[in-house]
Amino acid sequence: MTNERNPGEVVFETRDLKIGAIQQDGSEIRIVKGVDFNVRRGEVVALIGESGSGKTTISLSALGYTKPGLSFTGGEARLLGQDVSKMSVDELRPLRGVSVAYLAQSAAATFNPSIRINEQVTEAPVLHGTKTQAEADAKALDLYRALELPNPETIGERYPHQVSGGQLQRLMAAMALCGDPELLVLDEPTTALDVTTQIEVLKAFKKVIQEEGAAAIYVTHDLAVVAQIADRVVVLYNGEIKEAGPVHEIITNPVHPYTRRLMAAIRPMPEAGQGEDSSDEHLRADPALQARSIDAGYGPIGSNGKAAIPVLRDIDVAIERGKTVGIIGESGCGKSTLARVFAGLLPASNGEIYLDGERLSPDLAGRTREQLRKVQFVYQMADTALNPRHRIRDILGRPVDFYGTAEGMTRRQRVDQLLEMVELPLQFADRYPHELSGGQKQRVNLARALAANPEIVLCDEVTSALDTIVAANVIALLTRLQRETGVSFVFISHDLSTVSSFADEVVVLYAGMVAEQGPTDRVLSPPFHPYTQLLVSSVPEPRVGWLEEAAQTREAKAGASGGVQLTETGCPFFARCPVAIPGTCDVVDPPKLDDGAGHIIDCHRSLTELGG
Amino acid sequence: MTGLILRRIGIGLITVLAVSIIIFFGTKILPGDAAQIRLGQQATPENVAAMRERLGLDKPYWQQYLTWLKNFVTGDLGISLASDVPITNLIADRYKNTVIVSCLTALIGVPISLMLGITAAMFPGSLYDRVLTFTSVTLVAAPEFFTATLLVLLFVFALDIGNAVVVGSTEGKGFFELISHFALPIATLSFVIASQLIRMSRAAVLNVMSSPYIEMAILKGVPRGRIIFRHALLNAIGPIVNVVALNLAYLVTGVIVVEVYFAYPGLATLIVQGVQSRDFVLIQGLGMIFCLTYVILMLIADIAAFASNPRLRHPK
Repeated sequence: MTNERNPGEVVFETRDLKIGAIQQDGSEIRIVKGVDFNVRRGEVVALIGESGSGKTTISLSALGYTKPGLSFTGGEARLLGQDVSKMSVDELRPLRGVSVAYLAQSAAATFNPSIRINEQVTEAPVLHGTKTQAEADAKALDLYRALELPNPETIGERYPHQVSGGQLQRLMAAMALCGDPELLVLDEPTTALDVTTQIEVLKAFKKVIQEEGAAAIYVTHDLAVVAQIADRVVVLYNGEIKEAGPVHEIITNPVHPYTRRLMAAIRPMPEAGQGEDSSDEHLRADPALQARSIDAGYGPIGSNGKAAIPVLRDIDVAIERGKTVGIIGESGCGKSTLARVFAGLLPASNGEIYLDGERLSPDLAGRTREQLRKVQFVYQMADTALNPRHRIRDILGRPVDFYGTAEGMTRRQRVDQLLEMVELPLQFADRYPHELSGGQKQRVNLARALAANPEIVLCDEVTSALDTIVAANVIALLTRLQRETGVSFVFISHDLSTVSSFADEVVVLYAGMVAEQGPTDRVLSPPFHPYTQLLVSSVPEPRVGWLEEAAQTREAKAGASGGVQLTETGCPFFARCPVAIPGTCDVVDPPKLDDGAGHIIDCHRSLTELGG
Repeated sequence: MTGLILRRIGIGLITVLAVSIIIFFGTKILPGDAAQIRLGQQATPENVAAMRERLGLDKPYWQQYLTWLKNFVTGDLGISLASDVPITNLIADRYKNTVIVSCLTALIGVPISLMLGITAAMFPGSLYDRVLTFTSVTLVAAPEFFTATLLVLLFVFALDIGNAVVVGSTEGKGFFELISHFALPIATLSFVIASQLIRMSRAAVLNVMSSPYIEMAILKGVPRGRIIFRHALLNAIGPIVNVVALNLAYLVTGVIVVEVYFAYPGLATLIVQGVQSRDFVLIQGLGMIFCLTYVILMLIADIAAFASNPRLRHPK
């Protein structure tokens, strides 16, 4: 492989590239419909579009690879002058991992769980004979250092499950770069990450891409991320290029309607006072659902009354009728566990839950059917939550029968009514889940919860797996349903901007404890809990240069996520907090500072010190 | 992981105890009196009573059970009711036959079957894969005596190699002599276990082959062989060892048709004889041996599955 790297040389280009699925009758379902673009050395080109736009399929063409069932049906995909779309597997093998390398969305799934990290990182160059094992090891070590991984000398000896998600994502970058590729293909490499982790990973990616002088194709649906990392943007819709140009032009002056919709779907962080004021007409004396001093965790409950693996400590949360409470925090902070405690799936080891002021049994078995009806759960993955062998009619009809919510209607009428509520055509009742798109499935998932006429719906990351525009539509639907039915939502998400766009109240969880809670606009404006501040400042803004600024000004340089652990005493954020007071914060539980209007910050610093 | 293994051993011991209770009291429920059977129909009531006392049959059931269990643990399986000799003597020769046939079948049949299943997974949908799938499904449907008959027809009558039945003693025979001694039973049994092993190992590997880390390996340009043997197989060991263990247990306990067909005495025919002659003591002893075989093999499979899982081997 030649390593003369002329800047400006075209590394990869497609000419009228067509990719499709050949049906049994010989006809073709075309996924990519004639695409022309190129990537020059030292350049990062972003492919942006929603799922189904063909962006991943196009990016994989650079490796001469199509997902099972698809094939190249026309045009060219030239990598360093060679048309990889027409090469055999044996011809492609020496190119893959050495000339062109791939980074997938989920590092956790991309690393083989049974092989040590270093072997996987160094495998490609050693196998293709471009490096000896010793050279590859040395290169890997350089990359671990450049990617700011902890213990670079020994981290390669570990198995994938022994490192954190953010570290694994960076290790995947090392795996891709170890063979000194001319072209990197990055497929949504930060989408699954928390904002605080994403910022670290983006920084690391940008740095190594520059240092290595490689070209890169960056696939994403997130324009704010594109603004940080790309030089040029190609906007895809339905397998066609809709718009292409330098990143600042696309961001500041999107021309195509689809690009404009993408820009509009980015929810900016709310300014102070922006929190939506939903009506109070549904309010009653007691909150719809209230948790008092909840402790919960996994494993057997020990003699001290605590679970073997404690997850939540001393949680006090109230959900008012007809309101939405957003629960945010990084992965592993106990958001989903809290929802499971509410639903009775995981009995709390301590504390009480009240429904309409009436004490609820901690576990499912002790609750009456009426109580079960009132609290419903919507899971993140509609794909796995809907039985693939049941028609939508049966999926929605079962809870209608079980809870008897047809109320004078026939079951069929009630199912139709539910479909109307979630804005789906009535004929969908006779379809199976796999015949629906991701957003449609999520609507069915929601309708199933609504079939019970619930008072509280626990939404666990319901928009996280959806595209920006589809997610925005689902949130508009939630808002409308709430206005009409007075249902309360507990909306769990790691995505601060989604939560802030429509929650009335926000609860910020960190390592199983509430760091801050209150009305949305108050929580997201000063004074901040230091952790909330870290979260707020980590949400990428859709403008060029934000990443560099954030890296400079971000007070929490110690913010790199890693050991998020529930501590026995004191504030769990102590280890990462830029304003921690040693000897106090790590020993004494933080006091609850009352900023008025129900805004509570759990911190040892005073409100004035926190920016009030 | 040590904790997990100890737990499994504990569960295994509990299983063996539970089975021992079922076997012991199950044979007690059956009609017939051990002393009466042993002495025959002509025995006087006084003789029977004396025999009952000698055998401890006059004691409460739970005391009999504890004595029986203690004797079993120390290797004393009791005296056969039908033939008046120690059970251990009855079993000894047959156990040797069964162990030799099972081990040889395992040594030959298991690796071949696994290789076939894994290579089929390398080329799913190919002609090779389809022929193999068809053959193994056919074999699953074919009863053992049918397979055995076909083999005898082919080797003994058409090709004139070997004997239709197993004749002679195994004394002093070497490894390859033993293989030729038991050639046809081994071949029959290999076919019987092959179908399940091929299909399960193919399914286990194919299941892993659809995971993202295999796609990643393809995109790194890793050759097919290395993808299967380095990347996929490690993650498919758990289900494969379980199927292997179940099939090995079957080889020890369930090969009655094959033993009868080729006329070599093994454990499976022995237990049938025990049932025919209402030899409770023999049934109890063999029942426990079969139970132990299952529990030990499954225990080994579990430990192998644990050991192949890096999450258990190297906790965080």
